[in-house]
Amino acid sequence: MLSTILLEAANLTYAGAAIGAGIVAIGAGIGLGKIGGAAMDAMARQPEAISKIQTPMIIIGALVEGVCLIGAVACLLAILMK
Amino acid sequence: MTRLKMTLFAIAAMLCLLFSSSLSAQEAENVEAVAAEQEGPDISGMIFGHILDSYEWHFTDIGDTKIVLYLPCIVKSETTGWHVFSSSHLYHPEGAVYEGFQIAESGSNEGKIIEVATGERPLDISITKNALALLINSLILICIFLYCARWYKGKTAQDAAPKGFVGAIESMVGWVYDDIIVANIPQNANRYAPYLLTAFFFIFLNNLIGLIPGSANITGNIAITFFLATCTFLMINLFGNKHYWLDIFNPHVPWWLKPIMIPIEILGMFTKPVALMIRLFANIMAGHTAMLALFSMIFITASMGAILNGSMTVLAVLFTIFMNALELLVAFIQAYVFTMLSAIFIGLSQPVVHESEA
Repeated sequence: MLSTILLEAANLTYAGAAIGAGIVAIGAGIGLGKIGGAAMDAMARQPEAISKIQTPMIIIGALVEGVCLIGAVACLLAILMK
Repeated sequence: MTRLKMTLFAIAAMLCLLFSSSLSAQEAENVEAVAAEQEGPDISGMIFGHILDSYEWHFTDIGDTKIVLYLPCIVKSETTGWHVFSSSHLYHPEGAVYEGFQIAESGSNEGKIIEVATGERPLDISITKNALALLINSLILICIFLYCARWYKGKTAQDAAPKGFVGAIESMVGWVYDDIIVANIPQNANRYAPYLLTAFFFIFLNNLIGLIPGSANITGNIAITFFLATCTFLMINLFGNKHYWLDIFNPHVPWWLKPIMIPIEILGMFTKPVALMIRLFANIMAGHTAMLALFSMIFITASMGAILNGSMTVLAVLFTIFMNALELLVAFIQAYVFTMLSAIFIGLSQPVVHESEA
């Protein structure tokens, strides 16, 4: 039983990597959505601060995206490592 | 509570299904996989060919002729000394051996030159695709900025501001200097401004040029982002304040927290540049991979009938245009984030301690 499961490791790698990439995308979506939502609320409250809010929003968006892409690279590594 | 239990049961059932079906169909799957590889277009080969480094610069194929630029290989083996030759000798018959060198087909050195006698890599300083692209892009950067700098010679602060190309470059440099460098390094920003400005424009230009079809993927290569992160690491630590080092090795915390805080601070010294490295590398590589994968949908569906292929072509072109526009934005944002984080870390390494806090 264990040996047949281990033999399946090659195919399960692809499945695991693909599912992992999907979960990473969910994480990115949730994170960026919260950032965007908070920025939209703040901009609606105070339209004259729009340009002041936009810059940190983009920066934090890039940082969150960076973390999610690290997860995506981990999924790629799962496929590429022998 | 029952809804949660039902969901968990459904997930467990799906996993069991996954296991059972793969167990029974293992042999059939292996045969099918081999057959599929021989039939369909080589998508992963194409994508990796674009992303990875190589000894030839393969621009495109027109019909059956490849438009390739064979780059020089400069290798030094321990037994036979220096060898300089064009890489066309290694590519023309597949896996050819030339002067005792070969491009490894498999194993840990796959795609790199190995000595046939020992199976190990020689000292390899060949001009590969990435090296040549780096040289060309650096030359472009030098030309742009030296040309703009020459405009200022003989002019005083009372003269009119530059117009045209020089004006555009000046406004960008001024923006990076004011909003990123001076904002984050209040004291002696001019010591770090050359490095940070160079980092910003280097990353921005290389990201942009990497988007041109047929170009090399430079900032998506982890060796290059590793070097940029190392430069930031050196800038942070070589010019660190006494207070900066004190905060790392003797932080202002209760004595029973110090054994935990000191290793964390030392680790933090390294993880910050590592995060910079991976962020830039992953963003650019993922962008290129996504564009290429979307584009190769056309070729995957080519054999599946005219309607499916036609609609997939339209969709793929639209998606690729969207991804390309997004990648233009990402090119700028990643340069901005790298430079800004480097500036913030450098600013943090020069803390100004107010005497009232001590």
